[in-house]
Amino acid sequence: MLAIEVKNIAKNYSSEKSGKFIGLGKPFSDNDTRVDSDTGIEGISFEVKKGEIFGIIGPDGAGKTTLFRILTTLLLPDQGSARVNGFDVVSEYKSIRNCVGYMPGRFSLYQDLTVEENLNFFATVFNTTIEENYELIKDIYQQIEPFKNRRAGKLSGGMKQKLALSCALIHKPDVLFLDEPTTGVDPVSRKEFWGMLKKLKDQGITILVSTPYMDEASLCDRIALIQNGQFLKIDTPKDIISQYKNKLWAVKSDTMYKLLNDLRANELTKNCFAFGDKHHVSMDNDKLTMDKLREELGTLGHKNLDIREIEPTIEDCFMQLSQV
Amino acid sequence: MIKYLLRKEFKQILRNPFLPKMIFIFPFMVLMVFPWAASYEIKSLNLCVIDNDHSTFSQQMIQKVISSNYFKLTDVSSNYNQALKSVEKNQSDMILEIPVDFEKNLSNGLGAKVMVSANAVNGMKGGIGMTYLVSIIADYNVGIIQKLLPGGAGDNSYSTIQTDTLYQFNPHLNYRVFMVPALLVMLLTMLCGFLPAIAIVFEKELGTMEQINVSPVPKTTFILAKLIPFWTIGFIVITIGFIIAWLVYGLIPAGHFYTIYFFAAIYILIVSGLGIVISNYASTLQQAMFIVFFFVLIFIMLSGLYTPIDSMPEWAKWVAAFNPLKYFMDVMRSVYLKGSNTLQMTKQLGALLSFAVVFNTWAVLSYRKKN
Repeated sequence: MLAIEVKNIAKNYSSEKSGKFIGLGKPFSDNDTRVDSDTGIEGISFEVKKGEIFGIIGPDGAGKTTLFRILTTLLLPDQGSARVNGFDVVSEYKSIRNCVGYMPGRFSLYQDLTVEENLNFFATVFNTTIEENYELIKDIYQQIEPFKNRRAGKLSGGMKQKLALSCALIHKPDVLFLDEPTTGVDPVSRKEFWGMLKKLKDQGITILVSTPYMDEASLCDRIALIQNGQFLKIDTPKDIISQYKNKLWAVKSDTMYKLLNDLRANELTKNCFAFGDKHHVSMDNDKLTMDKLREELGTLGHKNLDIREIEPTIEDCFMQLSQV
Repeated sequence: MIKYLLRKEFKQILRNPFLPKMIFIFPFMVLMVFPWAASYEIKSLNLCVIDNDHSTFSQQMIQKVISSNYFKLTDVSSNYNQALKSVEKNQSDMILEIPVDFEKNLSNGLGAKVMVSANAVNGMKGGIGMTYLVSIIADYNVGIIQKLLPGGAGDNSYSTIQTDTLYQFNPHLNYRVFMVPALLVMLLTMLCGFLPAIAIVFEKELGTMEQINVSPVPKTTFILAKLIPFWTIGFIVITIGFIIAWLVYGLIPAGHFYTIYFFAAIYILIVSGLGIVISNYASTLQQAMFIVFFFVLIFIMLSGLYTPIDSMPEWAKWVAAFNPLKYFMDVMRSVYLKGSNTLQMTKQLGALLSFAVVFNTWAVLSYRKKN
């Protein structure tokens, strides 16, 4: 059985019908031949297998939270259908609420209740007790247990996040929805957090996680790249990287800004982006070798040139895909 | 389930550094301070006298006015313009002008005129002052007539109409007797209607509402758990109100307490329904607060708390007819002052019950629509 099954889902936030489309999905262009729906909107579709960590990767405003809200039965889609754990999100929403855990992007537990009271509260709300599922949250909860009598509002960011995850897990959900769980969290805690997700996966919990950080993508089993309410690609991180069309070079010189402009001005350049202290360029490799590029850039006055071939990352793939 | 939700609500209310104190300070303030401070009884109005006659009669009349204790002689002017200046400077509120030959004309049976004028910037004060002054002068007039009449004791030779006034149910026209029951209604409105509305919107704004929404807790249970603590507080507060009314003002309802509690229960349903309607439409605290202010103002202005509904224009009476506060205030005052029972207030009961049905249906419908 599939843990999540989404078919042609779309949601438009724009108030006027004829207005610009804002939200999840994308209107068909006028000359698109695939137009067969009544709405004229192409929704998104994907499937998540049981026990998978599925990542939704995309920039702010791409539609990640909208998708999460639809799947957690907080929002009705305009079109399409979705099933979570075999239940329909519209007609069987009550069953879904029993078997999913949701951790929204913003900390939303009771700030004036203590850590223990929050956990207890959510356990009761889901008709269970802390003791019953303590095994599942043990690793996470142990880290915040010393502060169990502290009010949730007075916890640090990382501890809040651990508490929120504990609360989302306390009823042993089949599917866990994590909406940007690591946004605003320090790198060490982020790493730790992904370690916890791996452990949960081993216990058979399906995890749908969204993040704007591309480096977290490689930690998922499969990812979907999303932009402007559209999926650009769904695949394993490895396959997405291997499908990168060209060779990727990292280029460096003394005058970086001029270098970026020169590279972009080159006819054979497919795309070129600034990446930290280097520029990542992919070129029409049939016509241009690395030596030739070095020569060309040298004549343009670049000193201390350094060009080397690198493995593309998810971020490179995203940049390339989002450009089309 | 609801037991646990309730425990959480009470915990949150008690742990709030502000709310529990407010819930108890608020009724004390309203009941202890307000009825003493806000009163229509006007004392020591500043009076400016222009005595152009300087006779025994004019002196007697001024003496009578001053000794009433309602007026304080602050200025004696020689002419009207000067007196007007003193009013403009806010030193006097009223002017009493006695013309030349006041005593002579009276003694000769020609009748005399005095002029009374009041500063009506504060219309209420001017109006009431005027009534006081005119009635004192009228009283003096009767005395003069009897004294001047040739029969001496004024037997049957000259008869005047004697009016005996009796104020039913509130013999001394005590303002507090009339205000305290009405203030209790206001308290209930705030505590059981608007506080839960704000509490629900607060959860919405915090995002905790969403957490509850993805759980199997039914929405009705959640809302009930929000309302019940405030219902309890509401009942406790009106009980405290009864005690204060008794201890401080010596007020004991002429009717039965259970009549009041019965109507209060219906009224609480109405205001809670309205509170839920508000919370369904407002998504931020700011919006909720503003809607609450809107309703509070309309409810109070058109409830008959300060100004009687009967003195309002026709359209305002119609608006007031849709004000649940008005009916419950009616009930409270009737029970407290007249001792009415439920059977005598079927009209109010009907109105309140229909409000309860309308607001709660609206609450359910608007909730459905938003989801």
